Amino acid sequence: MARFLFTRRGRTDGSALASPELKNPGREAYLFRRRLTIVAGLVTIALFGLFGRFFYLQVVQHRHYQTLAETNRIAIVPIVPNRGVIRDRNGIVLAQSFSAYTLEIQPARVKDLDRTIDALAEVIEIQPRDRKRFKKLMDESKSFESLPIRTRLTDNEVARFAVNRYRFPGVEIKARLFRQYPYAELASHVVGYIGRINDRDLVRIDEWGESANYKGSDYIGKIGIELSYERELHGTTGVEEVEVDAGGRAVRTLSRVAPSSGNDLVLTLDIKLQEVAEAAFGTRRGALVALDPSSGEVLAMVSKPGFDPNLFVDGIDTANWELLNESPDKPLLNRPLRGAYPPGSTIKPFLALGALSSGKRTPTQTISDPGFFQLPGAAHRFRDDKPGGHGTVDMYKSIVVSCDTYYYVLASETEIDDTYRFMSQLGFGKRTGIDIEGELPGVLPSREWKRQRFSGKEFREEHRKWYLGDSISAGIGQGYNAFTPIQLAHAISMIANDGVTHPPHLVRAVRATGTDEQRLVPPQPTQTLAVKPEHLAIIKNALVGVAKEGTSATPFLKSLYVSAGKTGTAQLYSLKGEKYIAGQVDERLRDHAWYIAYAPADKPRIALAVLVENGGFGAAAAAPIARQVFDYVLSGEKKPGPAPAFTVPESEDQSD
Amino acid sequence: MGLLLARVWDILTRRIDSFLFGVALAIAGVGLITLFSAADQSIARVWSQATSLGFALVLMWVVANIPPQTIARAAVPLYALGIVLLVAVALGGVTVNGSRRWLNLGVGRFQPSELMKVAVPLMLAWYFQKFEGRIGWKDFVLAAVLIAVPVYLIKRQPDLGTALLIAASGFYVLYFAGLSWKVIAGLATAAAAAAPLIWPHLRDYQRERILTFIDPTRDPLGAGYHSSQASIALGSGGVVGKGWLNGTQTHLDFLPERHTDFIFAVFGEEFGLIGNAVLLVLYLMLIGRGLMITAGASTLFTRLIAGAITLMFFTYAFVNMGMVSGVLPVVGVPLPLVSYGGTALTSLFIGLGILMSVQAHRKLVNT
Repeated sequence: MARFLFTRRGRTDGSALASPELKNPGREAYLFRRRLTIVAGLVTIALFGLFGRFFYLQVVQHRHYQTLAETNRIAIVPIVPNRGVIRDRNGIVLAQSFSAYTLEIQPARVKDLDRTIDALAEVIEIQPRDRKRFKKLMDESKSFESLPIRTRLTDNEVARFAVNRYRFPGVEIKARLFRQYPYAELASHVVGYIGRINDRDLVRIDEWGESANYKGSDYIGKIGIELSYERELHGTTGVEEVEVDAGGRAVRTLSRVAPSSGNDLVLTLDIKLQEVAEAAFGTRRGALVALDPSSGEVLAMVSKPGFDPNLFVDGIDTANWELLNESPDKPLLNRPLRGAYPPGSTIKPFLALGALSSGKRTPTQTISDPGFFQLPGAAHRFRDDKPGGHGTVDMYKSIVVSCDTYYYVLASETEIDDTYRFMSQLGFGKRTGIDIEGELPGVLPSREWKRQRFSGKEFREEHRKWYLGDSISAGIGQGYNAFTPIQLAHAISMIANDGVTHPPHLVRAVRATGTDEQRLVPPQPTQTLAVKPEHLAIIKNALVGVAKEGTSATPFLKSLYVSAGKTGTAQLYSLKGEKYIAGQVDERLRDHAWYIAYAPADKPRIALAVLVENGGFGAAAAAPIARQVFDYVLSGEKKPGPAPAFTVPESEDQSD
Repeated sequence: MGLLLARVWDILTRRIDSFLFGVALAIAGVGLITLFSAADQSIARVWSQATSLGFALVLMWVVANIPPQTIARAAVPLYALGIVLLVAVALGGVTVNGSRRWLNLGVGRFQPSELMKVAVPLMLAWYFQKFEGRIGWKDFVLAAVLIAVPVYLIKRQPDLGTALLIAASGFYVLYFAGLSWKVIAGLATAAAAAAPLIWPHLRDYQRERILTFIDPTRDPLGAGYHSSQASIALGSGGVVGKGWLNGTQTHLDFLPERHTDFIFAVFGEEFGLIGNAVLLVLYLMLIGRGLMITAGASTLFTRLIAGAITLMFFTYAFVNMGMVSGVLPVVGVPLPLVSYGGTALTSLFIGLGILMSVQAHRKLVNT
């Protein structure tokens, strides 16, 4: 090639611009030719070098770059499934999802967040509380997450933003599924709510091995049914493979696996009954659990005051949160499951049944009640609240008039651990196993329990010992006893159903969406109380007596059915039951009112426990609520009249 | 009539080197085809480039018909004009993206450094021609100054890439004029030694480019983005490419500057290693033909200018493809005859015109 290049080379002399030759033109030409050859060589090497680089990229590393190009190009977009609907036993919707537009900001893609929000506010209304909520969300999330600043946009707002969209990189309108609770406060503790997934939830999801299924999901059940049946309700996330451009915009769909909606739940709850029960409480605080004694189905479960779960869905704003969280009424406390109260006199029929079972008492055995009880050799008098006492008291009367002395004597003759063993069968001191989370076991005292309870270094041996005095207090449902309303409802339900029942549960059936295939929740194993039927009959008879001629006769005057029940008044101990709060008559320290009951007495369809916090006497505060609920269920009376005013004093111990 | 046509044909083709012309048109054709894909099948952009191509071909024909001596006469005025304009830019140029490179001419903006790409080698070739036979070391020093002045003015705009390219074009003339190997070796050593001294004087973005070049994954979404995406485009093209109009990197907007400086990535993605090899061969043919013309040039001026122009074609092609394939830092150099842009296309065809003039007029000078 070099020869070819240079053969045509002519002499340079004679050029108009040529200067006189001083050097040897042949040598000059030789040098120039050599330099050209070198250049030709370098150029060839360089271009071959480039080819080598292309070979490396396009052949050796081809797979690697192909993967990168595909990663660039293809985005896997999760399609969030529709969350299952929650209905009551009659098909009334308690929680449902709907789709709405949200205005979302991806903070990582926005330079000046405040300015952007200001500019957005000119297009779409943004309240200061929206900003606050957004800031709070931002603190809780990672900056690349897309966070809503406004939810539930109107069509008009969507259109207005669409026109201005180019001005707001990093801001987008998205269609999201929202949860709505049509009954708001009603049964709020049962239904619960969903909220944005946080780090703790992520751990939980990971433990289920469901991380993939929650890609794209923003919400998860936080409390109540929404929490405990999360995995039924959530559904299976779908996947869409889309081709995206460099700006992340979807160009076309490559493949799609449709999501499958979460399962619908049918609750055992009757929302109408729930409404009646909650209305019966008025503004009072308390709890009510109504069960179907034969199945353990929860017909109503009240925790007053409640809250509006809708507030939590989009992330609750600070003002509302403080209002709920700091209220002395504790609206966020799930009282039926987490409120452990001294059972007071409601414990008496159970103790009586235990005494019959163990042979400690026969129904006809009587005591003489002078109005107080004294331990041998001790000066302290455990007083009955009826001055002068109830006279001669047998078992029936002890329940009907709620005679404390009868039970002081019984307690003084009964080993506490025997009481513990018998009462355990009724479910006290342990979780009933209801299918929502957060249930507390309460306290059913025993020697072992006291030893454990006071095992700390700050206690001495004398604190850990069980005293006869402890037994006496416990004998009338005071002392260390602390039962939850659901425990009492469960126990009375067991009595009502002749000693056989199922653990309480809230979900009746799970229904697959689309196919409507219904799967009944398998009943938990039956629980049976090891007592003789004739003993049960004695107790049941006495409970009927309570409503007919006893402490709750007035509230049940002229009812169209025969009911059975037991009143109770619980003195206030702190919830953990370790320290008695001296009896100042601060409103919040007033006694709690209990009523446990079932009806109709011969063939019970409903059993319940009612607690009215600081309500005073059980007969006065709690029994009328039970009456309204029974009336609704058994007489179809939608609007029972106001509870009559009455002043039948209940026989209760007022001091210890 | 036939005679007239033959005469017209003769006038049109007499000074045209058919080999050089054929290869150049082939490369420009590759450019138009790739541009159609890069522009998302917008025929308007291809049409605009084709129009520029037509205009450039006319200029090429005109220049090819101008004898080299006449071209040489333009060297000094062009160089002087270039320097004046560069000073004017420094005093009152238009600033875009932090760089003052443009002069506002009312109708549009003009970048004097483009002019210098031709003016510097012309000026040097003219100078060595003028003092041919009496060239001493002082002349090389003066030539170095002639290079250094515009290079300095352009560097402070700042436009380091163009400054280096102009320095290279001047250097090529010095090389062909017989610059001593010792000086070349000395310059290379000095350049290597000066690198740490220059570093503190570089602008942030310049440092960033160099650092990114050393490690493109340093900041794949920032400074390294162009480089990474271009490598992905090339690499994912494989041996046969994804096919014309099928490049995903191209059509989903991942490739930046894909009409202009990064058009080679589009080509490489869609036509693969085979396409790249064809393009390399075309450039090799173009440069080879240029070197042949250089070898056959009859005067020192024509030898120097032809050699410098040929090597500039090589330099642009090499730097651009090297940049796109990630072996050189990102500098704003278009791929010759392929990248979209009328100005570059025009000046490249003028360069080809000069080569053709050198080739066509070698015998005339001889007689």
